[in-house]
Amino acid sequence: MFWKVFGDLCLGFLTTLEIFALTLVIAIPLGLLVAFGTMSKFKPLKWLLVGFVWIIRGTPLMLQLFIVCYGPGLIGLPPVKDPMVATIIAFGINYACYFSVIYKGGIESITQGQREAGLVLGMTKTQIFFKIILFQVIRRILAPMSNETITLVKDTSLANTIMVPELIKQANVIAKSFAMNYLTMLLYTAVFYLIFNGLLTILFNKIEKKMSFYKV
Amino acid sequence: MAFLEIENVYKSFGKTDVLKGVSFSLEKGEVLSIIGSSGSGKTTLLRCLNFLEKPDMGVFYLNGGELFNANTQYDDHELRQKRLSFGLVFQSFNLFPQYTALKNVTLALDLQKIEKAKKLGKVTKAQKAEIYAENEKIAKELLSSVGLEEKMGNYPCELSGGQQQRVAIARALALSPEVLCFDEPTSALDPELTGEVLRAIKELKSSDRTMIIVTHEMDFAKHVSDKVIFMANGVIEEVGTPEEVFDNPKSPLTRAFLAKSEEVI
Repeated sequence: MFWKVFGDLCLGFLTTLEIFALTLVIAIPLGLLVAFGTMSKFKPLKWLLVGFVWIIRGTPLMLQLFIVCYGPGLIGLPPVKDPMVATIIAFGINYACYFSVIYKGGIESITQGQREAGLVLGMTKTQIFFKIILFQVIRRILAPMSNETITLVKDTSLANTIMVPELIKQANVIAKSFAMNYLTMLLYTAVFYLIFNGLLTILFNKIEKKMSFYKV
Repeated sequence: MAFLEIENVYKSFGKTDVLKGVSFSLEKGEVLSIIGSSGSGKTTLLRCLNFLEKPDMGVFYLNGGELFNANTQYDDHELRQKRLSFGLVFQSFNLFPQYTALKNVTLALDLQKIEKAKKLGKVTKAQKAEIYAENEKIAKELLSSVGLEEKMGNYPCELSGGQQQRVAIARALALSPEVLCFDEPTSALDPELTGEVLRAIKELKSSDRTMIIVTHEMDFAKHVSDKVIFMANGVIEEVGTPEEVFDNPKSPLTRAFLAKSEEVI
């Protein structure tokens, strides 16, 4: 049974992976920009971004997905034709906001003394950030980032609500065309999510081990 | 004019006046100890000298020229250049935990030399390697001079407090600052480790190394300094040679402070 639909499910899982990877590619750097913005001394920018993060974290991702997908069309703008594009935009922004909060906590947790040590050694702010602070921040935020990343794998399934042929959508389609039990089909998809998240967990543990050569 | 002249430094945080007109001067190669109770403004003065705090008022002269004037606005680049005239060893070491002792010492030097080389044109890999090798040599000599030749490859977390502070001293020396400042360098150390750090500082004393040491170690201050300043309530209450300040203090505040610090012992 499983092997009969395995190929078709793999196609769906590839789309899932695509959402996952593109979201990370956008959200990891964008989140850093948002984090810097929310820490900015320029108050209007700071409050604008704090408000934005509040809205994004305070509303369901599915709602944001619908707004990005159908919103432009409703107010007379050209609609987003490819639901995949809408998905990446919505996911990218949503995860950037979550990441920004993690980054901000990580950056603020590094003691002032590290920055001052860099300053008195004549380093620029950029050098201090990239040569001293960043590594320590990455190490501190690895655990919460692995949590978010694993959540993202499962959140990709929301894209099925706007007809993106990701794993869950694909399972639905297969169940209909092969006249198979939909629940069985969904259980099959769980195998994909579980294995992939297992691999991610191992990967994160490896990175964590690699970075723990010093004690804090 | 003296090698270092500090004139009329004022600094307040909100409504609290921490420095209320501090002036002193220092000749090249002299060691100045600043003593005084907590909250007297010693550390703030040192932080002002290193431009970690911006004085509200005051002028610094170094080597015959004006280095800093509180009335002038400096941009980040200018402040960075000025900071290099002073080195600072922190109370809590502030070593970079992700780098070995050796890399802690070479990092700033590497960045600086590569930046300078870049201004002259593209820096090749070979040039970079040369800079790294050169700096590593400097760092190794410095670490050996503070007795850490065996620990160069160790991370700060693998070193004792005294060893960490000695790495921090080597790190500050690497940039050859005109004036090296110490902010209570032994206050975060266990008593049995203070000796090795104080000895390392004492050995640095030479004809051309000017040092300012904020310390609670009275015996050390007495023996290592050419000049002692006693600070109280944001002003210099008394200044003189160690003999003058420790053995014949004129101010009643100095006398009371010294009596109290002896009481503890």
